[in-house]
Amino acid sequence: MAVAEAQAARSKMRMTARERRRAFQGYAFLTPWLIGFFAFTALPIVVSVILSFTRYSVLRPPQFIGLKNYRHALLGGDDLVWPSIGRSFYYAILSVPLGLIASLTIAILLNQKLRFLAFWRTLYFLPSLTPSVATAYIWRWLFNPEIGVLKPAFEFVGLPMPRWFSSMEWAIPSLVIVSLWQNAGGSAMIIFLAGLQDVPVELMEAAEIDGAGRWRKFWHITIPMLSPVIFFNFIMGIIGALRVFDTAFVATGGGPAYATWFISLHIYQTAFVYFDMGYAAALSWLLAAIIITLTILQFRLSKYWVFYQGG
Amino acid sequence: MTAEKTLISSRTMRKRRQPLRRIIGRIILYIIVGLGGACFMFPFFWAFISSGKSAAEIASYPPTLWPKKMLFVENYSRIWTEAPFLLWIRNSAVITSLNLIGAIASASVVAYSFARFEYPGKNLWFFLMLSTMMIPGEVRLIPTYLIFKSLGWINTIKPLVVPAWFGGGAFNIFLLRQFYMTIPRDLDEAAEMDGAGPLRIFLNVILPLSKPAIATAATLGFIGNWNNFMGPLIYLNDPEKMTAVQGLRYFALGTTYSQLSAGPPKDNLLMAASIVVALPCLILFFVAQKYFVQGIATTGLKG
Repeated sequence: MAVAEAQAARSKMRMTARERRRAFQGYAFLTPWLIGFFAFTALPIVVSVILSFTRYSVLRPPQFIGLKNYRHALLGGDDLVWPSIGRSFYYAILSVPLGLIASLTIAILLNQKLRFLAFWRTLYFLPSLTPSVATAYIWRWLFNPEIGVLKPAFEFVGLPMPRWFSSMEWAIPSLVIVSLWQNAGGSAMIIFLAGLQDVPVELMEAAEIDGAGRWRKFWHITIPMLSPVIFFNFIMGIIGALRVFDTAFVATGGGPAYATWFISLHIYQTAFVYFDMGYAAALSWLLAAIIITLTILQFRLSKYWVFYQGG
Repeated sequence: MTAEKTLISSRTMRKRRQPLRRIIGRIILYIIVGLGGACFMFPFFWAFISSGKSAAEIASYPPTLWPKKMLFVENYSRIWTEAPFLLWIRNSAVITSLNLIGAIASASVVAYSFARFEYPGKNLWFFLMLSTMMIPGEVRLIPTYLIFKSLGWINTIKPLVVPAWFGGGAFNIFLLRQFYMTIPRDLDEAAEMDGAGPLRIFLNVILPLSKPAIATAATLGFIGNWNNFMGPLIYLNDPEKMTAVQGLRYFALGTTYSQLSAGPPKDNLLMAASIVVALPCLILFFVAQKYFVQGIATTGLKG
């Protein structure tokens, strides 16, 4: 025993010739990623941190200005920052829970023993494959406030139709509707579907023997068993929603009157329209800080409601 | 006797009622699934109908449910002549394939390193690789742009292609590594006995067995590249270098490409072009449906 342990300890410290060769080979296969990691991830992140403390407009060399960019962003020098963060949160708070409910509902429907399952799944999944630019244009056309196809429907019911993307109040909810169409049947739904198929049948049968109805089985078995998957989709949903860019950029361009001016649009505009690179880098760190904080917070809170099978 | 009779009759009753209730339940289920599916399909349907209308008809109210004069053929041929749409599609295809080949080649090699070799620092690199998925892309966007600018790569496809050849993305590495882990090591060892080196084992044992995982990475990667909006928006300036997705904006802005002068918005052509741009992704899904489902489910559940 002791000898074997000592041997193991020794071999841990000194590699055999074969182990050394294998380690060398392992690094050789890792090299593409190592280069990519340093060139396209580590270096940009370091540059980004440094840039955020400078004024840099591409034409002249960067000029160190300390915390000025952050102060400008946070302390009211730029009155678009806080409202745009607020709008991004408003969009996330509307779209993520609604999206999760819709995805789970579709997954439950498709988890019934349906004929032509592949066909139904395709119907719900296709919007998530459509390029977001095409999605934005198609919905702008559906939502056209003067001649859109929805107008006759509203007239038929006798309700006034909102002006959708052209209205201050409805612009963000309209984008939420677009995101529901785009994402509800997409990857989150597929992940829910896989999760539903992992719920142990014995648990369901045991509950049935105890006289549990559908609703109770859903609340007391399905939801707890799905909680890791709900958690995963929730985090991915929040991150995605706070970064939303394509549909807003194309469908509304941030308007009307900044109604859909999200933080991502603000960063884009600052960097690639005004070429105010130092300030844009500071803004991007602001968004990163929000996303990372939220992710850590969700992981902390998750132990109160996420149930891990066998762990 | 009577008690027994009622018991039997109630049991047969229940037996008879059960299928009926079940059938009604099934019908309701199919109606719900069908209505939901119709809602999800309606935008495509409407885009298609609009793509067959004349400029006058599409601008009229109330909208017609079917084009009075079907101009499908005319509109779908006009999108190629009014703008260099074929060129844009070709650009998209070139960028997508060069990016994909690089991403798959390098990710499969890197995943091999993570799955089959032991070396100091491996766990640290693996952790760093996974954490890059958590860092919002925005913080890399600006410095990466400046780096490519200093290399003189702006307005070329290099920024959209070259990074993929160095690692191929954390998602792909993780996906492939997970798959390699399920391949029995005995196969490696048997090949090694026969005198195969690590490269031979990789090419002749691991890769041929990993076709499903590679197909998954390729299908998801195709969608990501083909639909990429922000990359081309930032890096490509010349109209001749635009991708198909970017090209849609020309139809929407109501400009004719040759003069870039503002004309009336061409919603019918815009809808036709939108459908054409979306088509490759939809076709890919029909062909490779199971790879999508598997890929999303494994990385989502076991991730």
